[in-house]
Amino acid sequence: MSIATNASGVEFRNVTRRYGQAVAVNDVSFSIRAGDLVTLLGPSGCGKTTTLRMIAGLEMASSGTILIGGKDVTRLPATDRNVTMVFQSYALFPHMTVAENVAYGLVVGGMRKTDAAEKAAAGLDLVGLSGYGQRLPSELSGGQQQRVAVARALVLEPEVLLFDEPLSNLDAKLRRKMRDDIRDLQQTLGLTSVYVTHDQEEALAVSDRIIVMNRSVIAQIGSPTDLYRRPRDRFVADFIGGANLIEAELIGRGDGVAAVRVGHAVLPVPDADVAADLPLGGVLLAVRPNAIRLRAEVGTGNGVPVTVRKATYLGSHMEYGLTSALGDLFAIDTNVVNPVPAGTTVTARFADDGVMVVPR
Amino acid sequence: MRHSSALWVVLGWVGFALLPWFSSAATQLSVNPPGAGLAGSALIDGLANGRWWLLPLLAPLVAGVGAVALPRHHSLHPWLLLVGGAAGLLWTVVQGFAIGLNGWNWPGLAALFGPLPQGQGAFGLGAALTMTAFLFQTTGGFAGLGCMKGDRFTAGAIGLVLLSIALFVFLPVGFVLSSAGDSGAGGFSPLALWTRLTAPDIWRLNCLYENRSCGVVWNSVFLATMTGLLTTLLGLAFALVAVRTGFRAKGLLRMLTVLPIITPPFVISLAVILLFGRTGTVTLALADWFGIPPSRWIYGLPGVLLTQTLAFTPIAFLVMIGVVQGIGPSLEEAAQTLRASLWVTFRTVTWPMMRPGVANAFLIGFIESLADFGNPLILGGNYDVLSTKIYFAVVGAQNDPGRAAALGIILLGLCLGAFWLQRRWLGTKSYATVSGKGDNGVPPALPTGVRVAAFATALPWAVFTFILYGMVLFGGFTENWGRNNSLTLRHYRNAFDLTWGEHGLIWAGRAWDSLFTTIQVAGLSAPLTAAVGLMTAYLLVRQRFAGQSAFEFFTMLSFAIPGTVIGVSYILAFNQPPVELTGTMAILILCIVFRNMPVSIRAGVAAMSQIDRSLDESSLTLGAGNLQTIRRVILPLLRPAIVASLVYSFVRAITSISAVIFLVSPEHELATAYIVGRVEQGDFGLAIAYSSALIVLMGAVIALIQLVVGERRIGRRTTDRLALQEKPV
Repeated sequence: MSIATNASGVEFRNVTRRYGQAVAVNDVSFSIRAGDLVTLLGPSGCGKTTTLRMIAGLEMASSGTILIGGKDVTRLPATDRNVTMVFQSYALFPHMTVAENVAYGLVVGGMRKTDAAEKAAAGLDLVGLSGYGQRLPSELSGGQQQRVAVARALVLEPEVLLFDEPLSNLDAKLRRKMRDDIRDLQQTLGLTSVYVTHDQEEALAVSDRIIVMNRSVIAQIGSPTDLYRRPRDRFVADFIGGANLIEAELIGRGDGVAAVRVGHAVLPVPDADVAADLPLGGVLLAVRPNAIRLRAEVGTGNGVPVTVRKATYLGSHMEYGLTSALGDLFAIDTNVVNPVPAGTTVTARFADDGVMVVPR
Repeated sequence: MRHSSALWVVLGWVGFALLPWFSSAATQLSVNPPGAGLAGSALIDGLANGRWWLLPLLAPLVAGVGAVALPRHHSLHPWLLLVGGAAGLLWTVVQGFAIGLNGWNWPGLAALFGPLPQGQGAFGLGAALTMTAFLFQTTGGFAGLGCMKGDRFTAGAIGLVLLSIALFVFLPVGFVLSSAGDSGAGGFSPLALWTRLTAPDIWRLNCLYENRSCGVVWNSVFLATMTGLLTTLLGLAFALVAVRTGFRAKGLLRMLTVLPIITPPFVISLAVILLFGRTGTVTLALADWFGIPPSRWIYGLPGVLLTQTLAFTPIAFLVMIGVVQGIGPSLEEAAQTLRASLWVTFRTVTWPMMRPGVANAFLIGFIESLADFGNPLILGGNYDVLSTKIYFAVVGAQNDPGRAAALGIILLGLCLGAFWLQRRWLGTKSYATVSGKGDNGVPPALPTGVRVAAFATALPWAVFTFILYGMVLFGGFTENWGRNNSLTLRHYRNAFDLTWGEHGLIWAGRAWDSLFTTIQVAGLSAPLTAAVGLMTAYLLVRQRFAGQSAFEFFTMLSFAIPGTVIGVSYILAFNQPPVELTGTMAILILCIVFRNMPVSIRAGVAAMSQIDRSLDESSLTLGAGNLQTIRRVILPLLRPAIVASLVYSFVRAITSISAVIFLVSPEHELATAYIVGRVEQGDFGLAIAYSSALIVLMGAVIALIQLVVGERRIGRRTTDRLALQEKPV
């Protein structure tokens, strides 16, 4: 027996979730295409987990409409939605064997015991755990438990598969492997998946699209490249990839170039990456740490004189804390052979491809 | 989802149109319509016998049918169920209370609507079924509107728990309040209430300035304060010995904590009489050796204080063990590294951290003493306390329910006050420092003075307690304690004789009847208590809904209601229509279930909090409903808590006395009530023999269960301790 796919899209229309006075999710709308893996990304408390739980039916929307596969499921409880979820804690039933855990959803759904067992075995096979069926969850390692949780969610052939920070309990190395495995499985089966994480690197690695949330609302939706190259506001610029935010002024646009004045210098930024509706005037320049290049010579061209406050050696790269007329800056440099020692004054130049303009 | 509401609609009709609406209890045969079955249903009765007030129920029943007939997901469907069910429920209750055996229950209504041709009896099977159906229609309507995440099961469970608490806790207490203000002519008068509440024999303070006894409130409060102080002191000493010294026989001390669970509350009194009564061992010895004439000094304050201290010290011990263990040793180690001596450490760190726990233990002892009934009844003599006064106001020559109710209100007020204080203390002043972090420190030794004091207090008391239990077990085998100490099996034969008659085995002993009833009642109430308790715990821990904290408060309130008050309130509330249960076994079972329910809730809450919520949620996302999740995930993980809860409810059903003594009847006599009756007749031999048989029986039951579930000790100790700490009073 094999695992089929029933991927469906998900749509939120003006969904709000209130707890008494507090608003956890505020007037959120988005749509997820069938077969995509979409990440809900944001700092803790931003409403991303509440959003995920509303897709699952574990939380009810206070207002708005939720559609799965085009059907209105707003009032449908979790039991009646064809959506499954992989929990942060795995939530494997400790009193059931691995096989019983995986077959659970099938059995309670009324499938014959033997069919359920067969399908559970197929599910375990899919996550590379065939032969582990008779063990108890407590006898498995963290990564294996994670796989069981995935298999248990898969065998129901859900319309949408949800992941709630699935990798947060694993160590760094295993996290990278599981991340790739989940992505492979999702693409092979063509599943619609919604994935919650607060780790922007994880989000960039696995997602087709990312929904960045902040303070109960959606900050920006886009592909990983979109979000990294064209952040719409200072929060997204800083949250994804990190950025030095510098007060600047947009003084002109045209010929594919937007001119930005920073201090006394004027910097050209590709106009395509600047929001079309951004008016001239005060803006923020978001500079990626790795776009700051340090040069020994002082006082030439467009460079900004900076003093190295702190230099940290991290093996693959150097991290610098800089003091400048523009404020404190944070820079990353892959040149570890000739690092700039702390206390020296050098010139910082901004590389073109790591500079964005966002509204103040 | 849909067929369940259809089912309830159908059952509502069955209850209304097919089953006998009224109970067929003997008192109401005269007002019942002739014949049973169809003829007795509300529909027939309303149409044919002129009880027109039953017919408006047709409207909500039709509304139910309408709801079911509507197309799926029609927006009117839940509204019809909700409004129909609620209206039906309300009307059933209102007409039930408004119209009694002789027509209108309140003169005002008669004046308004004119006299009725006839009255009506108590609710029967049909009424019960229809009301249940209305209830679940209402909750189903709520769920359909999206409350409780649209879950019918949760909504229904909340409705069921609320309705049963309202019916079996609040209604009876309400009856107490209203009958305390009974004017004698069937109405309520605030003046009568005030007169009763302020009667001089309740509040007078004569004992302060002349040689007369004080008001019963002062007696109770004084006794409770003394008992609270003594038990706390002893409990603290025991706890220090058990936790903070190298005392070897800790197992023996632990045994002390089990004793009060398996001991009927008045048994200690019997043992004390065997020692200090007029023919008691100690009394006779003193007379022989020192020529001190035997007297009845034990009957009164000294005896009650002694027995209550004996009976409740183990409870204080349990509380204090938790407190002493809860102090993280690293704090004391920190004090020592800061150059504090043992004594200074104890005085400045250990003791201040124990203080809230000590206050808590005092309040528990205070409440226990106030609510205690068995000991003052047997040993009180002329020293009246509230609980015995209430009893005598009901069963004695006075037979004054109004007075009993007034006394009940005062006792209830005292207990609720202490209960409220205790909650406040527990809630805000707890310094328990046990956290998830490992605390590997070793608690320092006690200062010598404290250690000596603890040992000197605890050990003699422990020995004394064990001697008393020995007396109880041994006393049943003597002919007539003190006068004729020859050994005999007479009392046991009297109680538990078996003979062969022509029709086989004859249970000839006098105790068999009450023992069988007791086991039957305990056996029926234990699973009910566990079920109601665990279901409530599930709602409290696992569901979130509006008004949850109020819901929790209501469910825990019956903790603080003393047994005597419950007993009085049940006879006041359930000896007349619309709910008439007096003299049945049902009233005993209900009383026990709702008195022990809070313990079961606590055990369930404690156990359920340890099961991670994501387990249920994952089960839900995998397509299991709430009911299936409970059955397949939660219940299997809760098995130890269920067993603990079952055992505890069973044992407490057997040992309880204060409430059930009001409710027993000749057909349904319980062991404890029977024993108290024997004691009042002066038949100590049988009483003691029966008591020790009960203790041994329950000890065996507990040991057996321990043996069977001994392997699965997950969280068992905690539930046990919790259970004891918060037993109803």
